[in-house]
Amino acid sequence: MIKIRGLTKIYNGMPVLNGIDLDIEKGERIVIIGPSGTGKSTLLRCLNFLDTPDGGEIIFDDETIDVTKASPKDIQRLRLRTSFVFQNYALFANKTARENIAEGLYTVRKWGREEALNRADEILATIGLADKADAYPAALSGGQQQRVGIGRAMSVDTDLMLVDEPTSALDPEWVEEVLQLMKRVADQHRTMLIVTHEMSFAKDIADRVIFMEGGRIVEQGPPSKIFSAPEDDRTKAFLRKVLPSAL
Amino acid sequence: MRALDIEYMLGLVPVLLKYVPLTLGMASVSMALALALASLLAIIRVARIPVLDGITRVFISFFRGTPLLVQLFLFYYGLPQLVPVLTALDGVTAAIIGLTLHFAAYMAESIRAAILGVDRSQWEASKAIGMSMAQMMRRIILPQASRVAAPTLVNYFIDLIKGTSLAFTLGVTELMGAAQKEAAGSFLYFETFIVVAVFYWVIVEALSLFQQRLEGRLSKAFVR
Repeated sequence: MIKIRGLTKIYNGMPVLNGIDLDIEKGERIVIIGPSGTGKSTLLRCLNFLDTPDGGEIIFDDETIDVTKASPKDIQRLRLRTSFVFQNYALFANKTARENIAEGLYTVRKWGREEALNRADEILATIGLADKADAYPAALSGGQQQRVGIGRAMSVDTDLMLVDEPTSALDPEWVEEVLQLMKRVADQHRTMLIVTHEMSFAKDIADRVIFMEGGRIVEQGPPSKIFSAPEDDRTKAFLRKVLPSAL
Repeated sequence: MRALDIEYMLGLVPVLLKYVPLTLGMASVSMALALALASLLAIIRVARIPVLDGITRVFISFFRGTPLLVQLFLFYYGLPQLVPVLTALDGVTAAIIGLTLHFAAYMAESIRAAILGVDRSQWEASKAIGMSMAQMMRRIILPQASRVAAPTLVNYFIDLIKGTSLAFTLGVTELMGAAQKEAAGSFLYFETFIVVAVFYWVIVEALSLFQQRLEGRLSKAFVR
């Protein structure tokens, strides 16, 4: 179980995360929705210190990290416990698809090279890109790059998979293939924290939906409740905008 | 105007050829050391490591701000007067040290700019999978920066090859030093120095061929 307590992030004197409290059960798939600029991505990025939080605690099972006192060692452990899918894919431009998946396994997690490359091939087969193993990112479509990005995050069993708007940077033609893959990943019952604007995808895969605004969690609950019977006016207003017909 | 002594010029070719290995050797060793030092200095500047960053700035400022010839004289003739152990320093070693420091200062700035040009996503992805600073630099950032920096660095290498000719002022008989001696014996200054000029020219042109192959290889990953 992962607990987040009072997580705070301040940019130029403005709080972007306003003391976030959140408990995540093992295997739980949580989708975060909300207007742009309300700290959804920042929340994910603070959990692996891509952004340095300014206050709060992150608790993984028995390990408590006070973010203001986190040492480089603590941060590295946190990163090894999480995996991250980026909005802009962020594949290593100088590595092939196969190497992109294997890199973390042999450089950071000290797998044998052979073992890591085999694992990468396995993943590539799963995501339907076995024939692109030796292609560099520049030669792949946006959708293929993001599938490799998801594959890279799938290659290890981390305690928490952080997924930051996986389809927002994609041309519309590639959105569906990436969502299909994300659904399959969700079916593996990994613990996931997903930020997305794809509401029907959220409805499909979420165990719990969180609505964030102004750096705070405004409302949360099962998708059936959030999408059909939201309580807070801000949630209602947001959903009216993104789901004009559904409500 | 007198006619060129073609026979002398042709005879000079095999004589000077013997000194090409020393010139190339000094250039290659200096280049390898300068590249290593420059990468280190560039990383210090990019990471803004306290104290070292300040020292690096002063180092770069000094070695870019003063003539190479002055630096070579300082190392070979000057320093041994202050530090007697350095009297044992021979001309070749002094030249290599001088060339290394001088060109490291220039190359550090190119490498720094190339590192800063690597897309932010590459740094973030490296951190997200748990890489240390050293792993990130070695495996992701520097390989990508090298593609951007390569043309400039090859230019510095060309400059460095030509810079080895200054070693003759430290009493080193390399290509230029050998030519100087031949000219002093034959009094055929034009013939001698035009031949040595062609030697440098050919070496640099050969390097340009290598440059094209190198740039092709470094860009391999970026072809659509």
